[in-house]
Amino acid sequence: MIRNLWNDLEGTFFPESALDYMPAERLREVQLQRLKAVTALAYDRVPLFRERMDGKGVKPADVRRLEDVRQLPFATKNDLRDTYPYGLFAVPMSEVVRLHASSGTTGKPIVVGYTAQDMEVWKQVIMRTLYAAGYSRGDVVQNMYGYGLFTGGLGLHGGLEGIGATVIPISGGNSERQIMVMKDFGVTAVCSTPSYFIHLIEVAAKMGVDFKRDLKVKRGVFGAEPWTDQMRRYIEAASGIKAYDIYGLSEIIGPGVAAECACQDGLHVFEDHFLVEIVDPATLEPVPDGGEGELVITTLSKQAMPVIRYRTRDITAIEARPCACGRNLRRIRRISRRSDDMFIIRGVNVYPSQIETALLKTEANLPHYQIVLTRKSGLDQMEVRVEITGEMLRDRVGEMEQLQRRLARSIEQITSLHTAVTLVQPGTIPRSEGKARRLLDQRNEGN
Amino acid sequence: MKIRQISVFLENRPGRLSGLCQTLAEAGVNLSTLTLSDNGEFGLLRLLTPDVDRAKQVIEKAGYAVTTTEVVVLQVPDRPGGLASVLAALEPQGISVEYMYAFAGRPGREAVMVFRFGDMDCAIAVLQTAGISVFKPVDLFGT
Repeated sequence: MIRNLWNDLEGTFFPESALDYMPAERLREVQLQRLKAVTALAYDRVPLFRERMDGKGVKPADVRRLEDVRQLPFATKNDLRDTYPYGLFAVPMSEVVRLHASSGTTGKPIVVGYTAQDMEVWKQVIMRTLYAAGYSRGDVVQNMYGYGLFTGGLGLHGGLEGIGATVIPISGGNSERQIMVMKDFGVTAVCSTPSYFIHLIEVAAKMGVDFKRDLKVKRGVFGAEPWTDQMRRYIEAASGIKAYDIYGLSEIIGPGVAAECACQDGLHVFEDHFLVEIVDPATLEPVPDGGEGELVITTLSKQAMPVIRYRTRDITAIEARPCACGRNLRRIRRISRRSDDMFIIRGVNVYPSQIETALLKTEANLPHYQIVLTRKSGLDQMEVRVEITGEMLRDRVGEMEQLQRRLARSIEQITSLHTAVTLVQPGTIPRSEGKARRLLDQRNEGN
Repeated sequence: MKIRQISVFLENRPGRLSGLCQTLAEAGVNLSTLTLSDNGEFGLLRLLTPDVDRAKQVIEKAGYAVTTTEVVVLQVPDRPGGLASVLAALEPQGISVEYMYAFAGRPGREAVMVFRFGDMDCAIAVLQTAGISVFKPVDLFGT
């Protein structure tokens, strides 16, 4: 498939992207070879992985096929915290050329390290990310990700330089200056979190700058936070740019784990460097392709900090069907939510976002709601409290009861759980920092 | 002539109704009549007041879910069969009564009742044809 080696948009050959089109059989061979090597590296050099594997009675030599990854133990964010700062490093510090750290909202931050080769791999996967979104030499790119310990800013920076784009390392903040630079420097592409870019669209409007008429921005890659297709549609309609979703996390490498192509239909995982699995977050059993579950990633080429079966807490599904762009890399669906939010009731996994979807089916404007879990004579009960707004209010008790039944039915259709819906007055659901407390689990409070 | 009525959602919990009444008293909103319809879990407080817009604003600001609807207020002959005669006029036209309640506070005078019909416009036309007087806001509130 020589044609596929040529970028569709520019008719230019990008050697880095050639790997995106590697035949699937060859890709699996590369993955297996690398999985064996990384398992051996982690076992030999990282006490935590060795202890875990010994505990499960697994040796690196037991990895004979790709599926054997399922025998290996999982790693979590807590493992990175517990071994702070360098406990998971597999090379001496003299080999580590870069450190990054995640902001520690709870307790200590987590620290990640890169060897010179890791930096090269990181650059390559970002270049492939950017090529997939149509970036190339000649683009003037405003990188609004934060520079510093956060992997976003410097991660994208390396790849942008790699493709030969003109990088403006402006970082985030100072929105009016961002718009001024965008206009005066003739910026053609941006990198940003989706929420910050939406904010900039509003700032530009207030400044009297018309995105479509006054600016030359044509494309942007957006990540570092979950966003929705509605947000994409808004960004594209309001600013006239093409908006691409990118995915990554510091624990694995930073940005550059997966990225959308021109089809904007799921994110291609750079599978030659990252082995992905989907597991049921409750049972940790594998979920077949297409099924939703928690994304688990094994780094295949990382040297400084190899990570085996990292539980990302991100919920997605693997799309194994081929993509129209011709890439042989499998795709993951846009990350919609995190398994941290999940709760289990009567053996059913439920996410608050499912309740939200159900409420939105009945009410166009999402009302404030709260899920309350209780236990009555040993049986788990779910109650959804919904705040009534003036728009939802009808003048007859019977109509309000109908609304109550519609909401309960809608929740039941999505979660297959019978739910009691309680209508409450506005402002009665507690809010913390503007966000409502969505889940109140009272099952272990003796009731 | 339709009269605008305010409906407020109230949870059936102690203090909810008195809290609302307190709010209206503090704002100096005069209530002409009110009624509560409930199912044990929650209720709807319906009220008529000369100053609908301000009352709605005050109630909304106090954090209640509130909406307005239209009702018809009419004089019911104060004699046996008075109400029956009103309903009899509407029945042949297939007009349903969604709810009704008595308008309070007019001692010694004709009975006045508040109605919400399935088809408000049709109901008003029928009532007028039958010679049953329908109140205008000015008759009711004197403003």
